[in-house]
Amino acid sequence: MAFFLTLPLILLIALFVLYPAFYSMHLATLNKSMQKFVALGNFTFLFKRDTFWMVVRQSCIFALTAVFFKALMGFIVAHFVHNLPAKGQRKWRGMLLVPWVIPPAMSTLAWLWLFDPSYSAFNYTLSFFGVGPIPWLGDTFWARFSVILVNVWYGAPFFMIMYLAALKSVPDQLYEAAAIDGANWWQRIWYVTLPMMRNIIAITTLFSLIVTFANFDIVRILTSGGPLDSTHLFATWAFQVGIQSSDIPLGACVSLFMVPILAVAAIFILRDVNKRGNEA
Amino acid sequence: MAEVALRKVVKRYDDVEAVRGIDLDIADHEFIVLVGPSGCGKSTTLRMIAGLEDITDGDITIGGDVVNDVPPKDRDIAMVFQNYALYPHMTVAENMSFGLRLKHYPKAEIKARVTEAARLLDITDLIDRKPKQLSGGQRQRVAMGRAIVRNPKVFLFDEPLSNLDAKLRVQMRIEIKKVHQKVRTTTVYVTHDQVEAMTLADRVVVMNKGRIEQIGTPNELYHKPATRFVAGFIGSPAMNFIPCRLEDVGGKLNVRLTDRISFPLPPARAARYSALPRTENLLLGIRPEHLTESNAHLEPGVETFDTVLDVTEPMGMETLVYFGLEGTPICGRVDPNAGAKDGAPMRLAMDLNNMHLLNEATGAVL
Repeated sequence: MAFFLTLPLILLIALFVLYPAFYSMHLATLNKSMQKFVALGNFTFLFKRDTFWMVVRQSCIFALTAVFFKALMGFIVAHFVHNLPAKGQRKWRGMLLVPWVIPPAMSTLAWLWLFDPSYSAFNYTLSFFGVGPIPWLGDTFWARFSVILVNVWYGAPFFMIMYLAALKSVPDQLYEAAAIDGANWWQRIWYVTLPMMRNIIAITTLFSLIVTFANFDIVRILTSGGPLDSTHLFATWAFQVGIQSSDIPLGACVSLFMVPILAVAAIFILRDVNKRGNEA
Repeated sequence: MAEVALRKVVKRYDDVEAVRGIDLDIADHEFIVLVGPSGCGKSTTLRMIAGLEDITDGDITIGGDVVNDVPPKDRDIAMVFQNYALYPHMTVAENMSFGLRLKHYPKAEIKARVTEAARLLDITDLIDRKPKQLSGGQRQRVAMGRAIVRNPKVFLFDEPLSNLDAKLRVQMRIEIKKVHQKVRTTTVYVTHDQVEAMTLADRVVVMNKGRIEQIGTPNELYHKPATRFVAGFIGSPAMNFIPCRLEDVGGKLNVRLTDRISFPLPPARAARYSALPRTENLLLGIRPEHLTESNAHLEPGVETFDTVLDVTEPMGMETLVYFGLEGTPICGRVDPNAGAKDGAPMRLAMDLNNMHLLNEATGAVL
């Protein structure tokens, strides 16, 4: 009986998760025209390509840096909002959530204008200080910097709202006890806030790591992977290889590479959450 | 160890005055209990001593030093909170040693102090557990242990027993008293429970509406309350207040309760009240234990009257009887074998040697 009650969910998962997953695994074993079975041929081909290793490295740098700064910004901003008087807090919370609520394809277009080398607000402002013009999206370093910046701008509010909820659940008396025990503000954060928020930090980081690692829209709109493929991530490169260059099996092969990397991260972080989960 | 003094301490929140200029001297080693109804300013006073609330006006000194602007960590105090406030991610030992570790005490000394405190509180077996694995009473012990290991100048307790069930509360009350007998640290203890206040305190401070109503030993407060508030707050069931007037009957001073009840006052009382105007509206304050069943041999100063009981509450060792006297509800305590029954008539005796007379308008005990 229980099985029949869960059957709709099982069917949905089978249809929308298992089928595409296995289908992409199947695709990855075919040749470019999808006529011939080549086993792991696509994979061995990728391993020999420098671009592939560059994309691996870039995806890791992009995801780790972006998630780190999102978490840091979120943590700092959450503290500010938490310490605001209760009256205006809702308003600020709402405004700070805006970047996360706007569809990223739209907001990234606005950023694209801001990054324009000749007519952008950024370079115009910087020109008063005698700086620039900076080729935001035309230079390898600045292009990488820009996509990470936009990703942090877009994702930090999510961390902010999660951390704010966690902060609000820490009883005030713990801080008072710590203050009496002799802890300064930094020690209060280190010994009270962070341990109390540990699970939330772990879960949001994991969640954000997966989403950021698989990011597509920001890079696609800002740079399309350029210049010289220097901002490609797994998803954008898979799109370019699979759809734009019509080698769907190779594109499937590229996107499959994300699975083991993210699975390892998920296992490590969730194991820690389970271990600590029954403390608080 | 140190004495604590409050001088005209005021706490104002925007337009609300929570504490209205209180003066209090707490001697070294003394166990002081602040008691009062919720909102009377007792917790605010304690938090001001702790440094968790700024004081609006006045001075607080600990060990002779003014600490108005000294942060909590430098006041050398320890506090036990109502909800224990243990760090959930630390073991009992880590919780207890947190303050010492922050001050970089040598490891050996920390261990020695924690072991000693754990032994004193009988929690040696729990030292490696996390707070979640402890019962309410055990958590309370750990919270006390955390205070003891610091060896502070002053212990502050903020309603520490309110979260425990009634039985455990009585047990922990005795534990706290035992610990204070051994450690002898100056203690300020806040509670709304007058029984806790009476049983624990060297001196009780009764607070009401941000002011101190009376300071005294438990017995002083019980037998010589200064105001109607203290008289009604201390003691359970509460003191009865019966509207009355003084009158002269045949050269003797009487207290008239109703049209048909008027009692002559015992000589000592008569002398004390003789100068009062006879027309003033007064209240006769009498505790339930001084309203008992009448018996054949009445002491001098004990007067009898007949009434009809509304409700009786058998408590085992005594029976509480409730009746009305011209609309004023009154409670008495009679022997369980005195035959008190709901709705039955009964002859009761009032011990006027233990009466109080209050001014109805000002509430002052005369």
